[in-house]
Amino acid sequence: MIRGNIWLVLQREYMTRVKRRSFILVTLLTPLAFLMFFIVAGLIFTYQSDEKTRILVKDEPGLLEDGNNQLRRFELYFTDDEKAGFMALLQEGDYEAGLWLPALDTSYGGPYKYEFYSDQPLDIESSSLLSRTLRSRLRAERIATLKIEEDILEQLEIETRLDQRPITESSRNLNEMTGVVAAALGGIMGYIMFFVILLFGVQVMRSVTEEKSNRIVEVIISSVRPFDLMLGKILGSSAVSLTQILIWLILIPASALIVQLMIPMDMSEAEALTQTAQIPEGFENLPLVIEQLGEINWWFIVPLFLFYFVAGFLIYSSLFAAIGAALGDDINEGQSLTIPVVVPIVLAVYIMFQAVREPNSSLAIWSSIFPFFSSIVMPSRLAFEPDSWQIGLSMLVTAGTAVLMIWLAGRIYRVGILMYGKKASFRELAKWIFSRS
Amino acid sequence: MSVLQLSRVRKEFEGHVAVDDVSFEVPKGIIFGLLGPNGAGKTTLIRMITGITQTDRGEIRMNGSIINGVLNRDIGYLPEERGLYRKMTVADQLVYLARLKGLSRKEAVSRLKMWLKKFGMMEWSTNKIDELSKGMQQKIQFIATVVHDPALLILDEPFTGLDPVNTNLIKEEIRKLRERGRSIIFSTHRMEQVEEICEQIVLVHQGRNILSGRVDDIKENNKLNHYVVRFYSEPRDVHSRSFDILEMNGSQWLIKLHEGADTNVVLGEFLAQGARIRHFEEKLPTLNEIFIQTVA
Repeated sequence: MIRGNIWLVLQREYMTRVKRRSFILVTLLTPLAFLMFFIVAGLIFTYQSDEKTRILVKDEPGLLEDGNNQLRRFELYFTDDEKAGFMALLQEGDYEAGLWLPALDTSYGGPYKYEFYSDQPLDIESSSLLSRTLRSRLRAERIATLKIEEDILEQLEIETRLDQRPITESSRNLNEMTGVVAAALGGIMGYIMFFVILLFGVQVMRSVTEEKSNRIVEVIISSVRPFDLMLGKILGSSAVSLTQILIWLILIPASALIVQLMIPMDMSEAEALTQTAQIPEGFENLPLVIEQLGEINWWFIVPLFLFYFVAGFLIYSSLFAAIGAALGDDINEGQSLTIPVVVPIVLAVYIMFQAVREPNSSLAIWSSIFPFFSSIVMPSRLAFEPDSWQIGLSMLVTAGTAVLMIWLAGRIYRVGILMYGKKASFRELAKWIFSRS
Repeated sequence: MSVLQLSRVRKEFEGHVAVDDVSFEVPKGIIFGLLGPNGAGKTTLIRMITGITQTDRGEIRMNGSIINGVLNRDIGYLPEERGLYRKMTVADQLVYLARLKGLSRKEAVSRLKMWLKKFGMMEWSTNKIDELSKGMQQKIQFIATVVHDPALLILDEPFTGLDPVNTNLIKEEIRKLRERGRSIIFSTHRMEQVEEICEQIVLVHQGRNILSGRVDDIKENNKLNHYVVRFYSEPRDVHSRSFDILEMNGSQWLIKLHEGADTNVVLGEFLAQGARIRHFEEKLPTLNEIFIQTVA
């Protein structure tokens, strides 16, 4: 049960923050920004230039002559001229580029070498399109020349598929996407933690400094214990952050849905895709991913994620609160004091990237136990179902550290908030921790 | 009966003694001055009384029970360093502060309405503090201090930055609160304000209690036998064994009577010298003079 005044402080912190225009804007605009990002990114990726490059082609083997629609971005002009005439035509400047395709070497040894003339380097899209087209033409040409039957060729197309199986019966179904799904989920959770801790931790610091520089703090602490005030603020902020994330969790899918309704996808196209099982490139593994998402033990991950969310938030925001209390009237003075707090957060994110790739490396294991990294690294490993001793030890250490940090921050806070003027040094902070109130 | 008792209170900060062995009592229903120059230890004393900081030694009692280091809802405190949440509305702010003092929301709302009406600020209740003038903000701060109707009010330099109109308004409210049996500790370094409104004082200097008691008694005990005499016509001869003349300012003199000298004798001497007296009054020392004299 939260004591009366902590609850009041929490309420005030929550209500004033939630009612603020900036909160409403950020909460509503972030999903929009995400959507805009996806739409713009989609447009950029599907963008095709309308401008066609005029290319002079000498096609000795006749690879491109049958009016090729894959090469729509080029306007091809064929010539029979020899090299000298070909170069002369190019130099006249009517064409932007020249493509010289020499006769085929019937011994089929080594690569097929062709020449491309241009004063401008060929862009990636064009060069890969060109070599893709030529490769497929050459392949067809060779199949015909060598009189190979298509079904024999198909048999030579060897694919591999990893079938992951558990040793114990009760374990979840695994497939080749297990690791990828777990890593992606871990990365997302780790990132959310990082984002929340940094953004809202700094907000706690600001809110503390604001009370100090407003000079209201002395009025407040004649009614509320400094520790209760600090705790109320931290809990209020964590409630604000949870609210924001919850709203995003609802808004982002909802707005995606709305966009889909407003810009309807051609459903027949989608149906055709599923019927012919022609899943677009890059999405071949989608069914496996969905299967794996269903296999994930959400009852295990979600409560633990919430635990690390709260514990990590408490550890870092109490530190930020202590810094806020140690600052003078100018929050911009705080840079040097925040560095020791921000560095472990950033380090934890780097470790997280490593941890999702190798979740059972000793770096990953020990970082998910070390309390200043655990709240970011452990959530990123949860989908890999780490050993229970690791989770147990990590939770114990993290919870213990959270309590210790709140206590420590409370010690600094109670002295700091009554000190006006300049910011405190680390030496002074250490003194405050052990001083009597 | 006293509402507050301090006995032998001491507080030290990192080797610096801020308050040293201070004792005094604040009787119920009076305006009590806590005096001293800047840095004398007044704020530290107040913070100990309000329970913000703890005493290192000594005892603080309120209505008989020890309150060392306990936040007391029966105290209203207006600190010298005071402020408000700038982005909160007047009403939200006052309700919040009143609820921190233990009032229910309903109670808080009805009390703040009463006070806002009294200060003619009802129409400002939904405005943010940012939108208020400095004088209005100070009135809100005062309301926040008294809204929960505490038995003991502690006002640290309450008139700093107030214009004369608001100063009088607040003074009037302080007097009314006293009439209703509330006790007020009025802390300041400005002695002249104390003489005007305080009945009793304690004077602290370098963390120590150097003088305390009723203002009249203190003045009486520290008087220098100075008298102001004004004449219609001055005496012919001014030599007397009863007094020395300290200042002669036209027809107004400041004299110092010798130890044991009788005012009637002095007056007789003046009359005998043909003086016509317009005014004769004992000049009691100001607290400022007493302070300087005591510290020196």
